[in-house]
Amino acid sequence: MNAPATLAPLLPDAAALPRTFLAALVGNPNAGKTSLFNALTGSRQKVGNYPGVTVERKSGRLALPDGRMVELVDLPGTYSLSPRSPDEAVTRDMVMGVQAGERRPDAIVAVVDATNLRNHLRFVLELRRLGLPMVVALNMVDLAERDGTRIDVDRLATILGLPVVPTVAVRRRGLAELAAELAPRLDHAAVPEIAPEADIRLLQREARVIADTVTLQRGQATRWTQRFDAVALHPVAGPLVLAAILFVMFQSVFALAEVPMGWIESAIAALQVQLAAALPDTALRSLLSDGVLAGVGAVVVFLPQILILFLFIILLEQSGYMVRAAFIMDRLMAGVGLNGRAFIPLLSSFACAIPGIMATRTIDDPKDRLTTILIAPLMTCSARLPVYTVIIAAFIPATNVGGVGLQGLVMLGLYVFGVLGALVAAWALRRTVTKGPTPTFLIEMPKYQWPVVRDIGIGLWQRAGAFLKRAGGMILGITVVLWVLASYPKPPVGDATPALQYSAAGRIGTALEPLFAPIGFNREIAIALVPGLAAREVAVAALGTVYSLQGTDEEHAEPLVQRLRGSWSLPTALAFLAWYVFAPQCLATLAVVRRETGGWKWPAFMFAYLFVMAYVAAGATYWIARALGG
Amino acid sequence: MATVLTLRRGERATIAAIDAIGDEIAARRLHEMGFDDGVDIEVLHRGPVGGDPIAVRVGNMTVALRKTLAARISVEPLREAAE
Repeated sequence: MNAPATLAPLLPDAAALPRTFLAALVGNPNAGKTSLFNALTGSRQKVGNYPGVTVERKSGRLALPDGRMVELVDLPGTYSLSPRSPDEAVTRDMVMGVQAGERRPDAIVAVVDATNLRNHLRFVLELRRLGLPMVVALNMVDLAERDGTRIDVDRLATILGLPVVPTVAVRRRGLAELAAELAPRLDHAAVPEIAPEADIRLLQREARVIADTVTLQRGQATRWTQRFDAVALHPVAGPLVLAAILFVMFQSVFALAEVPMGWIESAIAALQVQLAAALPDTALRSLLSDGVLAGVGAVVVFLPQILILFLFIILLEQSGYMVRAAFIMDRLMAGVGLNGRAFIPLLSSFACAIPGIMATRTIDDPKDRLTTILIAPLMTCSARLPVYTVIIAAFIPATNVGGVGLQGLVMLGLYVFGVLGALVAAWALRRTVTKGPTPTFLIEMPKYQWPVVRDIGIGLWQRAGAFLKRAGGMILGITVVLWVLASYPKPPVGDATPALQYSAAGRIGTALEPLFAPIGFNREIAIALVPGLAAREVAVAALGTVYSLQGTDEEHAEPLVQRLRGSWSLPTALAFLAWYVFAPQCLATLAVVRRETGGWKWPAFMFAYLFVMAYVAAGATYWIARALGG
Repeated sequence: MATVLTLRRGERATIAAIDAIGDEIAARRLHEMGFDDGVDIEVLHRGPVGGDPIAVRVGNMTVALRKTLAARISVEPLREAAE
């Protein structure tokens, strides 16, 4: 009782630690596993990574009725123990006890969708062969009942030889019963059984027989889903619905985020004013104000846009629509050698390429996944918005073309330009560096469901936190380094050279100038591109710094938009926009690509190919605009 | 042999066999998604371009798959007893 056996190899210091039990939540995708996990653990969740791999590890603490605490880990959803993606490999390795740095769970909670018993039971039978103590959560019983399906739970438990607890994660039904069934199981030792690979067809048949035996009354499945699908998957209406959803989504991102972004900007400015009042004008104040506050502000200001975009993405995922979008888009993606699943990470990349690239883990084919990673930075992420906004405000007249604002049209055009560039790049990559067999597309279309407020809240909290942590730390560090580069070395007293030009950043910019001169970029742009490489939005701040440090005090007060209008030609401005459509992505993205692809080879390749694309696009734009007399 | 591809939209049939030749992994994935001999199948929707991919109901699940994969699933007239 006090020393439950475990098959996991004990860590050297494990004996010194108090024994915590580990239980794993396992199930098919769409079984409502994450909802159940959220309901069981609430806000006591920890999100991290499995050691050595980038698959997200979500765990939480669950109190058992006998007072003990269990660590519950939510394993990636999978259909079987033969993995097809890195995510699914983690699930298999965890339950087999071979995941590096993890011990084998003491027990498994298998989550089963009561409305799809035949298929989900097959996986339960496969899991049962592992010999681990196990409890079955018969989830979504309310939906099964609504459809008119009745299941003999006791009989199911008898046939499986496992406790079965009906649950409704969304309404918190059956949670206490589940914990009560789990508690005594933790003291059971796993039966050391190395199961030979299961014959899937035999398990399938066994599952069907069991499902048919315990189903007392068969309901008519999910009429609503069929009605929605008649529109969402219609050959004509379907693409229109998708286009409308995307339109509303992007409109909301820009329209709704404007006000909170203004608040954040004024809050940062107010802090800078306070800082100026509190500290003497020293290098420390400049570092805190121009380095730290400006750097953190540059990230935090995007939070409203990112939250709104993530909210839409979570709503689309949880409602079940995202897979329909993948269905609609699959043929188009197939045309350039991708598959419909790539649509989901690419859509996330409009918020930020980092979560987008992490979302490619659900793509099973490695070449397919690599291609999606390589083109993800071509989706215009929110960090490019400030660059677009400033340049458009400075150079594109605010006139109307057929009732639509010209500035807005140019902005939309830049997005479209990016997407087209991504399609061309995917097409070319699939024929050269990521050549391989045509990937297939096979995906379950879950029934439509109302998104659950708790799950949306937890999802938003976790994604926003991950974004701030990953991007924030990086950008803060870079801004501080940039501040140092732009401030030192100081020109000697009596030297008339502007401080910025004398500084390290200025010298780098001067050295780069000949490289960028053929595409119409001046030295100020060359200087701004260096930090802009670290994080795109910093380019605007850097231009601001370049021009403000250069000017007289009177010019200093002039807004950046006016300054740019005075010093850039229109072809230069357009070339700068074209550059940023393809701009070699930020360092944070390159770091994520290195982690996801396991080396520097692909991030280096990505940097090189995007640099070439950006250079060619900016050059072409500059010379065409000049030829047209711009 | 009739396959899922030859079914009209809304037409139901029973799966006769899944062709594993040349791509056993694909066949295994189909089995994981609930496709198997003797299971009923119905074509629900076809994609907007070239009717690809297609959405089928198999058992209680709706599954989307490309035509190349669907061609591996041969069907026979509905076995009423199977459902």
